[in-house]
Amino acid sequence: MDDALAVDRFQFAFTVTFHYLFPQLTMGLALLLVVLKTLALKTNDESYNHAARFWARIFGITFAIGVVTGIPMEFQFGTNWAKFSHFAGGVIGQTLAMEGMFAFFLESAFLGLFLYGEKLLGRVGHWVAAFMVFLGSWLSGYFIIATDAWMQHPVGYTVAADGTVHLESFWKLLLNPWAGWQYAHNMSGSVITASFVMMAVGAFYLLGRKHAGQGRIYVRVGVIAACVFSILQLFPTGDQQGKMVALHQPVTLAAMEALFETRDGAPMVIIGQPNMAELKLDNPIMVPKALSFLTYQRWDARVHGLNEFPRDLWPDNIPLLYFSYHIMVGLGTLFIAITVVAAVLLWRGKLFESRWMLWVLMLSFPFPYIANTAGWMTAEIGRQPWLVYGLMRTEEGISPTVSAGNAIFTLLGFMGMYMLLGMLFLFLIWRQIQQGPAVIEEPRKAGAVA
Amino acid sequence: METLWFILVALMLAAYVILDGFDLGAGAIHLFVARSNLERRAILRAVGPVWDGNEVWLLAAGGTLYFAFPLLYASSFSGFYLPLIMVLWLLMMRGIGIEFRNHVEGALWAQFYDVMFSVSSLLLAVFFGAALGNVIRGVPLNAEGYFFEPLWTNFRVDRNPGILDWYTVLTGVVALVVLAAHGACYIALKTEGELSVRARGLARRLWWGVAGLTVVSLIATLAVRPAMLDNYRNYAAGAVFPLAVFASLALMAYYLSRERDKAAFVSSSVYIGCMLAGAAFGLYPYVLPATTEPAYSLTVHNTKAAAHGLSVGIVWWILGMVLALGYFTFLYRLFRGKVKVSAEGHGY
Repeated sequence: MDDALAVDRFQFAFTVTFHYLFPQLTMGLALLLVVLKTLALKTNDESYNHAARFWARIFGITFAIGVVTGIPMEFQFGTNWAKFSHFAGGVIGQTLAMEGMFAFFLESAFLGLFLYGEKLLGRVGHWVAAFMVFLGSWLSGYFIIATDAWMQHPVGYTVAADGTVHLESFWKLLLNPWAGWQYAHNMSGSVITASFVMMAVGAFYLLGRKHAGQGRIYVRVGVIAACVFSILQLFPTGDQQGKMVALHQPVTLAAMEALFETRDGAPMVIIGQPNMAELKLDNPIMVPKALSFLTYQRWDARVHGLNEFPRDLWPDNIPLLYFSYHIMVGLGTLFIAITVVAAVLLWRGKLFESRWMLWVLMLSFPFPYIANTAGWMTAEIGRQPWLVYGLMRTEEGISPTVSAGNAIFTLLGFMGMYMLLGMLFLFLIWRQIQQGPAVIEEPRKAGAVA
Repeated sequence: METLWFILVALMLAAYVILDGFDLGAGAIHLFVARSNLERRAILRAVGPVWDGNEVWLLAAGGTLYFAFPLLYASSFSGFYLPLIMVLWLLMMRGIGIEFRNHVEGALWAQFYDVMFSVSSLLLAVFFGAALGNVIRGVPLNAEGYFFEPLWTNFRVDRNPGILDWYTVLTGVVALVVLAAHGACYIALKTEGELSVRARGLARRLWWGVAGLTVVSLIATLAVRPAMLDNYRNYAAGAVFPLAVFASLALMAYYLSRERDKAAFVSSSVYIGCMLAGAAFGLYPYVLPATTEPAYSLTVHNTKAAAHGLSVGIVWWILGMVLALGYFTFLYRLFRGKVKVSAEGHGY
């Protein structure tokens, strides 16, 4: 990594991947907190409020790390990707600035109220605060997705004489069809992470025979949410997202599936390693004609292979793209299997006694993190070699004056800093889980986090 | 249109400096002014519910800068690469220092986070001051509008300066002292008992530093960049800014001596706002002057985004700002009054 491009790319990939470990939990948890607060209001059952307070503490710790690791993302557009910022700022600056104006202000103001103000606000007021935190974090997600969607599928712009893009239609930018499905798919993925974490903690309590009442709430809410959203993740959101890729980025679809040759009735690969030297799959196991059917609803439809596209338009790391995509899809399928079984057991009133299933629920929480990360890697590696699809190649976007030496210095700094942040996070979350929901009756004093 | 956006971005940055300024300042003097664990918790309690919202002003101003002046964003962020990334690291350490201090009981844990909070706040104040100094002094822009500054070169103000030279070190110190006084006023206002008295005393002592450094930095700025006076010569109305600076400074001293903490804090806020407004007024239409060739300088005109985007932006900007002001008014009203920290429970 002695050239600036490689370091800039790696630094962005590293910092954004680490960052997104936290918002994917908080965005999903924001929804589940609203659910818990609603249940508390409707049923007058105080145990839902205990549950909400416990998860608010987890939320607060996670949110703090999400905020501090999120600031570098906006900054890096300018610091490491200056040419891109100059080129595209007139368009995506809109969505990024709107995120600050509409989402961050809302989120930060009401999070303070939600975490510090339960006594001051009263029952309904506190529910409103929870809802506003949810609204803020989900709006924030939309503006970021709209920004990424423009890079994936640019709309609503004109290219000016100086080569930069200008905004032509605000509504086209904001209502980019790519953004709609990507947002639904991404937010559903976030709820899956949060609900898997919630049911894992619940299963941990039930298996350890402590805080059993709370544990049952976490498992019940978690399993229902996880089951609903695991199915939504596949259909319609994942399905539609895949069709977007097939329509607008056919070369990416071919690379994701490692389809080297155009085929009628293309198969879907289950196992196999892309062999880039010979342009084939090693030891493939495939489902015949499935790719054609899933993409075009016809078993014999023609799917374009990589051979139809010039090599300089291929994503530059096809094996990584292929594996990211297959890991995402494989895990997504597994989530449906796990949560449907758990939901059936819950329905029949046997889940809390099925220790084997509780073990499965407790141990499966890391996988949604992997699946969400793999999904984003699919989207962003799949966009290569473009920074803005069809308009600007990645190597054209970096800062002209930032040398590799300076970039490596900051990359190493981020790595060291994030390692410490990660350890601190795990330590604090582990403490919260060990202390449990019932030990403290209300959010802990100062710094219960904003 | 670009002039309007220049004013709006300047306003947002000023809001950031005034708002996050008091919690940065409170952090910078945290170790000196608060002696016991209880007092330190009181300070954290005073900034706890608001610091995150205050910091959002920086993000929102950054986002607005990005969309209104893309080339300026691209050029300045890549040119100030090293100090900006260090600012990011400091912001992280500070956020963690505030949020995680009270998650674990224990003197060592608390001390560690107190020092982290305080040192990072102190350094951030210096960095922000130095950043403003860099903008006023100018940077070595090339013909494409880009530059890269090492952390320092020879500490002189010449064609190829570093981030730090004698002038930007001076502006960094000015920012530290000004924000420390601002933070002391806030602590005096938000806490009670000995801590409040001590903070007020510190604010009074720091006031002398603020007053002295205001004059010194004014002279130094005119020496480094005489062109700052051009707008003042052409538009006499600009004189309102320096006059307001000195008036608010005098009021701050008066209110501090009368122990009217709220009025003193407001005076300090007005002082900071007018210092920044005066600098912005003197700079306009430049947003990043060049030390190399005057023609390479970045102005609001050669960095602005296209007209349609800027017009659309006005609509949502106003809508967003009204909403944001609404939230913050509500938040500050709800958490108004002095914080109370008992040995056991939590405040409010």
